[in-house]
Amino acid sequence: MPGITGLLEYRKDSAQPIRDLTQLLLRGPSTLSEADRELIATVVSYGNQCTFCTTAHTAAADLLIGDHQTAQQVKEDIETAPVSEKMKALLTISKLTGQSGKNVTTEVIERAKAAGATDIEIHDTVLIAALFCLYNRYVDGLATALPDNLGYYDVLADRIVNHGYTRLPQGYDHLKK
Amino acid sequence: MPHINVDENLPGIRALMAFSPASATPMGELANLLLRSNDSLSMADRELIATHVSYLNDCFYCQQSHGAIAVCYLDGNTDLVEQVKKDYAHALISDKLKALLSIAASVQKGGKFVTPEQIAAAKELGATDRDIHDTVLIAAAFCMFNRYVDGLAANTPTDLASYPLRAQQIADKGYGNHIFSNKQPVHENEGV
Repeated sequence: MPGITGLLEYRKDSAQPIRDLTQLLLRGPSTLSEADRELIATVVSYGNQCTFCTTAHTAAADLLIGDHQTAQQVKEDIETAPVSEKMKALLTISKLTGQSGKNVTTEVIERAKAAGATDIEIHDTVLIAALFCLYNRYVDGLATALPDNLGYYDVLADRIVNHGYTRLPQGYDHLKK
Repeated sequence: MPHINVDENLPGIRALMAFSPASATPMGELANLLLRSNDSLSMADRELIATHVSYLNDCFYCQQSHGAIAVCYLDGNTDLVEQVKKDYAHALISDKLKALLSIAASVQKGGKFVTPEQIAAAKELGATDRDIHDTVLIAAAFCMFNRYVDGLAANTPTDLASYPLRAQQIADKGYGNHIFSNKQPVHENEGV
């Protein structure tokens, strides 16, 4: 079972709070859209060079946004991507958090606040970025396999967009060969 | 000072958790499952892994906090904990734990830095798949916690004597929302 899927079934007890935290942060009530939050996950995973996570969350972002360009441009250059000034600031905070918490400067925080970011939005941005640093290291640290074919990511994107991050009753049986 | 408006009377991650209790709950559950277990790896082993990773990430609050918790489990052996933080290869710990700490150090840099050789070495010294899984996940989780704390510039107490007091609270009761909702432990001669 590729990427995160096998790991979450290997140790289901610790997987549960990881899922709960993810569901809350990425799908819970927020003034940031689900698409925005998937872009945060994408930017951090891309920065950590985690192929599985970057591809899956790019696919989810694309599905939520309705195009392939936004996520692609955000990965290439946040400043010229078609997102709001506030999201540019929050995505910059995400990227810096991905490197190290200490790289988040008061300047980037002030930029976000000047663009209208609330304390809750800043909190959630940093925590989502931090959470994806957990995921990227978990997935690559245990050398999980990549899917055999790229269509798998579309199935995953559909699952996370339409069913969120909590465990389905059948686990991943429907994705196994 | 913190990047967001949090309770200035709570230290480090506790203030962040009080700001957002809903996200604090699963983080506390994860900490309990990964760190408050003696399943193969002891609670002391687990806190040493957390402390070393926090040291590598240069997160003062986290390395002091988890170092102090490890000291609680190690009969007050602060020297051992300091040694493990800075130079575990020469610390008086098992070779198996050294091999796992080397894996944790690689995870801290990035998942792809963990090599098959490191895994093989750990297994040869008796590490099970579960030991390796838990080591990687503890290291990954602390890469999250360290970034949460430093990314929001959480208040870091400079009174080093306060860390053992909070550590004892955790050693007694484990992790959970009680760490910010209960009264913070203080020295006996303070606050009457």
